Amino acid sequence: MLRALVLSFLLLTGLIAPATAQTDLQTILQTHAAEVESPGRQSVGIVLNDLAASGLPGVAAFLEAWQGREVVRNAQDGLFYRQGRAQGNDVPLLDIATGAPAGTAPKSALTESRPNGGVRREIASALVRFQLSDPDIAKRSAAVDSIARSPDPEQVALLAESIDDEPDPALKMRKEQLALMLTARFGETTEARVEAIEALAGSLSLDVRATLNQILTTTDGVAAEAPQANIARLREPGIDMPLFTAYRELVDAGLAPPRVPPAQLKEALAQHVEGGTVAGIPLAQLSDPARREEAYQALAAQGLVAPTVPEADFNRALEAHVFYSAYAETDPAVTDAARRTLDAIQTKVGVNQTADIALDALSLASIYFLAAIGLAITFGVMGVINMAHGEFIMMGAYTGYVVQLFIPNYTLSLVVALPLAFAVTFAAGVAMERLVIRWLYHRPLETLLATFGISIALQQLAKNIFGTQARPLTSPGWLDGALVINEVIQISYIRIAIFVLALIFLGLILFALNRTRLGLEVRAVTQNPGMAASMGIDPDRINMLTFGLGSGIAGIAGVAIGLYAKVTSEMGQDYIVQSFMTVVVGGVGNVWGTLAGATLIGGLQKGIEWFNPSNTLAAQTYMILFIILFIQFRPKGIVALKGRAAGD
Amino acid sequence: MTFTATNARPAPRRSFIAQNPSVLWFLLALAVFTLGVTLLSEATGTGFLSTSFVKTLGKTLCLCLVAIAMDVVWGYCGILSLGHMAFFGIGGYAIGMWLMYARTEIIVTRSLMAAPIPPTEQEIVDSIGTQIFGVVGSSEFPLIWSFADSLFLQLLMVIAVPGLLALVFGWLAFRSRVTGVYLSILTQAMTLALSLYLFQNDSGLRGNNGLSGLQNIPGLEEMGQATLSIVFFWASALALGMGYVMFAWVVSGKMGSVIRGIRDNEARVRFLGYPVERFKLFVFTLTAVVAAIAGALYYPQAGIINPAEIAPIASIYLAVWVAIGGRGRLYGAAIGAAFVSLLSSWFTGGGAPDINLGFYRIQWTDWWLILLGLSFVAVTLFAPKGIGGLFDLLSHRHAPDRVGDYGPDKGALRAEEGSEPEEAK
Repeated sequence: MLRALVLSFLLLTGLIAPATAQTDLQTILQTHAAEVESPGRQSVGIVLNDLAASGLPGVAAFLEAWQGREVVRNAQDGLFYRQGRAQGNDVPLLDIATGAPAGTAPKSALTESRPNGGVRREIASALVRFQLSDPDIAKRSAAVDSIARSPDPEQVALLAESIDDEPDPALKMRKEQLALMLTARFGETTEARVEAIEALAGSLSLDVRATLNQILTTTDGVAAEAPQANIARLREPGIDMPLFTAYRELVDAGLAPPRVPPAQLKEALAQHVEGGTVAGIPLAQLSDPARREEAYQALAAQGLVAPTVPEADFNRALEAHVFYSAYAETDPAVTDAARRTLDAIQTKVGVNQTADIALDALSLASIYFLAAIGLAITFGVMGVINMAHGEFIMMGAYTGYVVQLFIPNYTLSLVVALPLAFAVTFAAGVAMERLVIRWLYHRPLETLLATFGISIALQQLAKNIFGTQARPLTSPGWLDGALVINEVIQISYIRIAIFVLALIFLGLILFALNRTRLGLEVRAVTQNPGMAASMGIDPDRINMLTFGLGSGIAGIAGVAIGLYAKVTSEMGQDYIVQSFMTVVVGGVGNVWGTLAGATLIGGLQKGIEWFNPSNTLAAQTYMILFIILFIQFRPKGIVALKGRAAGD
Repeated sequence: MTFTATNARPAPRRSFIAQNPSVLWFLLALAVFTLGVTLLSEATGTGFLSTSFVKTLGKTLCLCLVAIAMDVVWGYCGILSLGHMAFFGIGGYAIGMWLMYARTEIIVTRSLMAAPIPPTEQEIVDSIGTQIFGVVGSSEFPLIWSFADSLFLQLLMVIAVPGLLALVFGWLAFRSRVTGVYLSILTQAMTLALSLYLFQNDSGLRGNNGLSGLQNIPGLEEMGQATLSIVFFWASALALGMGYVMFAWVVSGKMGSVIRGIRDNEARVRFLGYPVERFKLFVFTLTAVVAAIAGALYYPQAGIINPAEIAPIASIYLAVWVAIGGRGRLYGAAIGAAFVSLLSSWFTGGGAPDINLGFYRIQWTDWWLILLGLSFVAVTLFAPKGIGGLFDLLSHRHAPDRVGDYGPDKGALRAEEGSEPEEAK
């Protein structure tokens, strides 16, 4: 039969092929007019093969129309058309090849071609073949998508055929992977499936994992003895599942009589109270579960309630049966291969996730670094605890927000906002230093309290001006989206930008402290203010500038933080404690120390979050506990100053 | 020989009260205040003061107690702890667990007893669990609730948990010589860790819902809130009085001198041979326990406790009260706490009239924090002695002019020379 078909196909194509070069779709259809008009599953193959061989552009559209029962034959001229939406008795006709309007015809003159289910499947697979080798890449990719969405065993061969001719390398890879996935699920021999599964090992895609998981689907069952099935694992009642759930499975499988759960038992007893007793047992004794059971069994014996199994039988029944999970896939070689491959993939995913977390940690570290570096200067270099540092961050972020109100171009507004935020917070810092802090240099604990007063005042002031709701600080369009390295590792451009900003500031501060006149004077005042003063350096001026510098950087950090978090009057609070810890852990009075502290804290927080991803609160808690312990062992921080500057 | 004998005779020991005249005055003022409130309350007097106001006054007394504890650890010992409100909160949680458990048990038992079949013990425990933890999607009792059914054990927890926490934390911190601002940051980190932990739903303490319904004391339902408020007011006043006397005793005499010595120059006291760490640990732990007791009295009057009350900012406010009241004198701390907390509730409660400037209307609910913040800066800058300093004018006590600060040694601070030309003048 098959041979005959192939033979006739060859014959037909051989005969018609020279003609089709000039001919159009209508001609081919007319050649097979009878088959097209009332297609049968056996005969449709010839038509489809002819169409496929013709290579005409309208074939795919025709097949879709045919599948959708839109093809009609007009008795008046004997030609095939696509029918439009009928209006009254007249049906508008569309040209079969081009879809252009081709007049109307009365309903009675049209014969609809009604392919049945089997034929439509044939058409569909032919259609897939067309789409898979369509010249338009969008159509090919859509066909691959649709196969991936609803995988079908019959598409394996079609897909495999189209791989070799695929010109686009990315789509070719997808096709190859999809073919492997289909083979893994629907392949005919065990060897072919195992081979396909093992070939999937290197992939990180979610689809591959879903396919493997599908192969590894299990169903739960229970039996007196372990059955001859591809058993995944055995389940222990009481460990893997509650006893009552396990027993319910037994009951559902018809392997044990039902046992009434305690709540229902109590209800049944309540319905049979007679004169202060239930089945002769006084109510007062029914607070004991054993007596309740006794009363219920007595009622059951009288036939008043549904019988229940005594507890001893309950336990015995659970012990006597095997609870198992069996693979739906019966071939153990396939499930073993799938399990192995999935494990390998999971390991690879784990490695990649670690890399992803490392990137996250790095970006968190750069945020902490930006938030803390200003503090490291004021606290570390000047010994002043500035509790209002968080509010300087907030001021910077609000500056960015206000700038965006006036400059609608986000890129331009960012370019304006960064220096403006620096200027605003620099001025605020200098004012605070002049008005408050310089009177308190010899009372460090009191700077903590005075700056706290400024902090709550500034916070409330921001609340009065900007309201309590969060204000947006929108990042420019070119910072949207994320850099996708593979299916697991990706990092948003904003975080990269913040990382770059942190690097720039690290460089700038190192340069300013080590290579400029101001830096030299700052370091001199830090080490020995008296000596510095006698060398002609004005410590007052240096203090003022240093404090302004630290505050200004906080303002820039505020713009950066505002870009990815919301701007609220309380945003500074979220960073102040972390910033202090960054400075203290890193070691006071040292830029590298702050960098080390930020890296440690960011890494720790992300690392702990990794163990328990759902709970960032717990991660912060454990991180702080770790830091408290860390300070015990290195009270001076990671990078401790040595010599006189250490102040010992 | 005789004059050696007269020389050897110790100077006559002055009595504790004579050494600390403020104790007598403070107790007298407290007694008069308590009596006055009792006579004006709804339950025992004319009804001039509403029950809720009596509760506010009772709560204020508890705040005074924790402020005194803070003054001892900061104003006398020089440890600026930003964790004492955490101990206060732990005390509240410890008593709150019993209050909530016992009251839920009464309600649950009553409703279960109304059913025809009496409940089993397991059923009672299960439905108490569902009642208490239903709000965080659980019904299991976490381990820390093991003692919640016993008032005695829970009262023991009020003292034991903060005491142990302070002991371990203090031992770790003082042992490695963490001082000054570093210690403040460390205690603040501890407070933050604790409040973040309590914010989690699976902490076993109902996450950010906290414990509620604490104003209903199990077994005293028929007493009524009016009487209960006076009972707690008296208890708070008693605790404040006893706490004052105890701390006055701690900071007087030889131990007081050592403690103040540690504040002024820790290194010198250590060189004199005193075990500085042990003194600090003692003060830190004792004040933590007193703070917890104050919390255990405060929260039954407040009715609800949640992790936000433990957040670091609460402890900073405590330091603010003490500083405004005046450090280094116990009555100063009590005055500061009462003054600022009452004033704060007056301003934020809308008690203060708005000020119309013509172009802008100052509403104190919005502007109070700004006023507080700025006045706090002003007190720090211009009146380091705080409100308590006013009493020096009355008693003509002239404290020696301090050159140094009220803090410990300077931690990370650089040497003073040159940095303050105005001091050098």
